[in-house]
Amino acid sequence: MTFTPEEQTEIRRRQKSRALVTALILGGLVILFYGISIAKML
Amino acid sequence: MIAMASKAYPAATVVSADWRDFLALTKPRVLTLVVFTGLCGLLVAPQSIHPVLGFTAVLCIALGAGAAGALNQWYEADLDTMMARTANRPLPAGRMDRQTALHFGVGLGSFSVLLMGLALNVLAAAILAVSILFYVVVYTVWLKRRTPQNIVIGGAAGAFPALIGWAAATGRVDMLPVLLFALVFLWTPPHFWALALFINSDYARAGVPMMPAVVGQRATRIQVLLYTVPMAIAAVAPWAMGLTGAIYGIGASLLSGIFLLLSAQVGFSRESDPAKMKPERRLFAFSILYLFVIFGLLVADKVLLA
Repeated sequence: MTFTPEEQTEIRRRQKSRALVTALILGGLVILFYGISIAKML
Repeated sequence: MIAMASKAYPAATVVSADWRDFLALTKPRVLTLVVFTGLCGLLVAPQSIHPVLGFTAVLCIALGAGAAGALNQWYEADLDTMMARTANRPLPAGRMDRQTALHFGVGLGSFSVLLMGLALNVLAAAILAVSILFYVVVYTVWLKRRTPQNIVIGGAAGAFPALIGWAAATGRVDMLPVLLFALVFLWTPPHFWALALFINSDYARAGVPMMPAVVGQRATRIQVLLYTVPMAIAAVAPWAMGLTGAIYGIGASLLSGIFLLLSAQVGFSRESDPAKMKPERRLFAFSILYLFVIFGLLVADKVLLA
């Protein structure tokens, strides 16, 4: 499947925004799991 | 059944979905009520838990409800294309392919149940799993396209969050969360049928057997009134049984009285033009406020009378 330059730009933009949001979610989960571990120990 | 539903979905998308499309798949507006009732169930429980665990429980409830919403949209992509209200969702609009939505829904649902089980307790995780499966299998796949009673039984799915919140905090199920479950369960028919009365044409066009399209407006109006009576009893029951204080009791009685009054207006109305259905619109708007305020009163009662 071939994409026009506009479509390629849009695909890259969406991939970038999805990667950023995924990174933020993973970072949030790291903090959450750390918090859960501490809370379960108390 | 699944194969039948997959026939009529839009052509595969060319450009991959945006993160906002994944968010839209979770039905964020529906999540508001789910999160609120789940949080209230957690807060009124007799045992308090660590705030981080409380946050995790509410997060799991939200993620579970989001997963159910995503799987609902995966299954109903063909239906959503036929209704103006849902035509711009990621699947009918062609911004996402169905397999992505399925993977997202299954992944999110599994994660929410697993996290609830590991961080809170098995009972809360089990009820969360049942609520997701109930919404997807019983409501979406089985009932929605087959019977005008779809939202009566399907309404149970929306009634689970308060029960899950309570179970997450206590590890058991008591009478108060069961009454809250009954309240939301009985609240659902008048809430949705009031809406269905004035947007009847949209559901009818999509072939969904909503009550007004199948049994007519007159019978629907009577059903709205008939469901409001046990709903009001379920709302006042926690106070009558000594499970809550006067703040909740008086507030719930007043609000339920107004609900009954608005339902009676709908029940005895003979208006057939959706544009002129003011009592129906009033009841629909009030029913949303009703549930938020009544659960808010429950928490206020527990906090102020503690």
